[in-house]
Amino acid sequence: MTDTTAPAKKSGGIRDLTKMFGSGQSGLRQFGILGALVLIIIIFEVLTGGKTLEPGNVINIVRANAYVLILAVGMVMVIVAGHIDLSVGSVAAFVNIITVMIIKWLDTVIVMPESQEGLKATIIIALALVIGVGLGALVGAWQGFWVAYVGVPAFIVTLAGMLIFRGANQYIGNSTPLTTPDYFGFIGGGYIPDFGPDIGFSNGTLLLGLLAILAVVFVEYRMRTRQAKIGAASAPLWVSVVKVGVMVVVIIFATYLFSTGRVGTSFPVPGILLVILVLLYSFITNNTIIGRHIYAVGGNWHAAELSGVKIKRINFFVMMNMSMLAGVAGVVAVSRSLATGPNDGTGWELDAIAAVFIGGAAVSGGIGTVIGSIIGGLVIAVLNNGLQLLHVSTDRVQIIKGLVLLIAVALDVLSKRGGGASLIARFRRPGGDLGETPAVAPSAPAEASSRPQSTTPNA
Amino acid sequence: MEHAVQTGPTILEMNSITKEFPGVKALDNVSLSVRAGEIHAICGENGAGKSTLMKVLSGVYPYGSYTGSIVYQGAEVQFKDIRSSEAAGIVIIHQELALIPELSITENIFLGNEPGRGGVIDWSEAHLRAVDLLARVGLTDDPNTKIKSLGVGKQQLVEIAKALNKNVKLLILDEPTAALNEGDSQHLLDLILGLKGKGVSSIMISHKLNEIEQISDSITIIRDGKVIETLDVSGGDVDEDRIIRGMVGRVLENRYPEHDGSGIGEVFFEVRNWTVRHPLVAERLVAKNSSFTVRRGEVVGFAGLMGAGRTELAMSLFGQSYGTVLSGQIFMDGKEIKLPNVSAAIDHRIAYVSEDRKALGLNLLDDIKTSIVSAKLTKIAKRGVVDDLQEHVVADEYRGELRIKTPTVDEGVNKLSGGNQQKVVLAKWMFTDPELLILDEPTRGIDVGAKTEIYTIIRELAATGAGVILISSELPELLGVADRIYTIFEGQITDELTVDQANPETLMKSMTSTRSKKDAA
Repeated sequence: MTDTTAPAKKSGGIRDLTKMFGSGQSGLRQFGILGALVLIIIIFEVLTGGKTLEPGNVINIVRANAYVLILAVGMVMVIVAGHIDLSVGSVAAFVNIITVMIIKWLDTVIVMPESQEGLKATIIIALALVIGVGLGALVGAWQGFWVAYVGVPAFIVTLAGMLIFRGANQYIGNSTPLTTPDYFGFIGGGYIPDFGPDIGFSNGTLLLGLLAILAVVFVEYRMRTRQAKIGAASAPLWVSVVKVGVMVVVIIFATYLFSTGRVGTSFPVPGILLVILVLLYSFITNNTIIGRHIYAVGGNWHAAELSGVKIKRINFFVMMNMSMLAGVAGVVAVSRSLATGPNDGTGWELDAIAAVFIGGAAVSGGIGTVIGSIIGGLVIAVLNNGLQLLHVSTDRVQIIKGLVLLIAVALDVLSKRGGGASLIARFRRPGGDLGETPAVAPSAPAEASSRPQSTTPNA
Repeated sequence: MEHAVQTGPTILEMNSITKEFPGVKALDNVSLSVRAGEIHAICGENGAGKSTLMKVLSGVYPYGSYTGSIVYQGAEVQFKDIRSSEAAGIVIIHQELALIPELSITENIFLGNEPGRGGVIDWSEAHLRAVDLLARVGLTDDPNTKIKSLGVGKQQLVEIAKALNKNVKLLILDEPTAALNEGDSQHLLDLILGLKGKGVSSIMISHKLNEIEQISDSITIIRDGKVIETLDVSGGDVDEDRIIRGMVGRVLENRYPEHDGSGIGEVFFEVRNWTVRHPLVAERLVAKNSSFTVRRGEVVGFAGLMGAGRTELAMSLFGQSYGTVLSGQIFMDGKEIKLPNVSAAIDHRIAYVSEDRKALGLNLLDDIKTSIVSAKLTKIAKRGVVDDLQEHVVADEYRGELRIKTPTVDEGVNKLSGGNQQKVVLAKWMFTDPELLILDEPTRGIDVGAKTEIYTIIRELAATGAGVILISSELPELLGVADRIYTIFEGQITDELTVDQANPETLMKSMTSTRSKKDAA
């Protein structure tokens, strides 16, 4: 076993526990965020007298927050590359209004016999997703062009985009709400359909849970065999066992929750979409050249340029990708509410940005992970939900959310005082944008702690 | 010298100044004496301690952070910051000008020193005083002109006007003419002489020995943080050779790998008539009609002082990553190649190890293995997916080969010492399989042991048939490692010497003037 070759000082104790979330330096920070999430869940579970972890509530949290989490996936890449996107809410609204108009039109032109209604719904839903992604990509190409090739700071481009696409939504939609056909609710509000014998659980969700357990075990096994093959120091075996064990327990618990909700509910479809996107983008950021280049540009664009990275392409990609995901998030949200209107997506950008920063990304770029941002988004989601369950009014909910964001990032800054990647340093340097020479050389070890590690060893 | 020396009283006396940084004694018991109304030049190689001494004098390094005493105008002074030294009439003008481009001449002159009362600026008074100050420095531009529309020469004059506004008695100029063309330089030197006539003393740090010879009254030579000697120019027999001997006269230590030039092959890389414009200043050429060759298995040295244009030349060749190339051709293996961007250069197997490791060479957020493979990810990737197993294997090989001191290659590069960081950068570029490796000050800021290791790596690379361009400010290093040396002065290649022909004196001569070796000899 390779664990015997690991340096003695590294085996045992807290350090190994943090390795459960990735080897080496990445562990600690994500461990911290995850710890905060678990803590918040426990606190609300106690305060609400057990309502937080009721199946119905958990399902509700996923359905109500899927769109923010989808946005956070794109936003973390934008922020890691050293930019920001303020336009996501407006872009989603713009995509929504056009998508809904098109599906309403399709709904009238596609005529099918009564028995084929299901097929019709499937076709229209699929087309809606394609249109959403395509329109988002077009809008993203527009914004990416200004950021990457003209060199206008993303803050300005997307501030302009925020106005342009909000206005375009209201112009096209005449500032009146539009409703969608009922069957359109599948993407944003649907559940895994049930099948097989009725055993009191949702069979689809049980199957999903089983697949997840197999995947977790397989991934860990692959990682260990690969580490053994290259002779890298891997964590002791017990760490792997505990890690897989904890994850399996969590999955079983989640499966139980999702499969024992109200009759007719199970794991939500937007949740599945989210899981697919998280896996896909974790892979892109951790295991592909383009992912490496995003971190390189955000970490030190001078060095990246002198290493042959095509900076403009990377900037174009992250901006375009963000708007594309905003399109997806928009379609999911419309599908859930079965309507679109002039105020769709207001404030989304702030939720997504908050999720990314709570998730450990650095304001100056180069640091952040997809998983961390999802956990950050869940912290806000659980907080929101818990406070609502406690009947805290929305005004006070906003104050609390604001303070949580502030404190989360402040703790991060304090933990690496003197480094370059902090809010404070950022605001002390007026005009501190990409064009500047990198700030003070980071010295604290915590700096690099949120870099991606290979989460998908089967690359 | 034609300038009569004013044997005024001593205005400044720096006694036994010692300044230490962690691990380095930047100044070791340095004493400096400046008479009122003289121009005192300070000479020394890069890193000798000239700038540190001036920072001590001007309060950038406050009283208490050094030992020794400063006596100014007859009384001991203890400056705690730049403001307190300026209040006493000591003004330093840095090589990097401290003007704000978007503000006007007037606004810059009075920045931090605005006339008026209660925080309200009296612009009419400011304007009148600005006109007067500009006249004194011989600048006829409208004081409302923005700084960014002035050339470097005029900006330098604005700096001096700003100093005059502070009632300067002792003006410190750090490489004042480094960025100026000949006409502007001459104007500035005349102005300094004029100020001398009006009783302003100057301390001038300069690499341009002809200028020093022309205007200074005495010269202090610093080497390795110690004063070597102070020469009185009026006493005669001070010439460039004498200064150079003082600057470089250190014993060559035997810490360079043996090489006899046996493995050198044919010329495979050639640059012809390479002319490059400064990225911002249109009239300034950073490389002028430069031509040179590199042979296989050869280490070619580029010698030149700071600001001579070595880095600019190298970076403009490396995918035009600096400035605008106005003309010139690059040939590799006899065929002309075009290198419009860095990835084209990497594809042609050219590598450039930057002078500034932290700002340009590494992403300090990365770990070692990520850094090592970062310049050629395609080598360990299939269809855009990086093979992290191979990444680890490759990085570990370099760790062993270059003896990078770290427990694992998963460690962050920010945790490594300077020498080990430099090895990571070297590994990063060796990973691109370069045929031509350009090393820009590869041993700056690293300890002697690591230096020797890096020299060995350089020679080993050359032994495999690669060509190496070594840019260095340390002449012993060039003489110890290179096979052939080009000297560069003000963007021009002034000389070409084989290592047998070269010695510190001949090199320094060609590095400080455009005269060719033959003329000088």
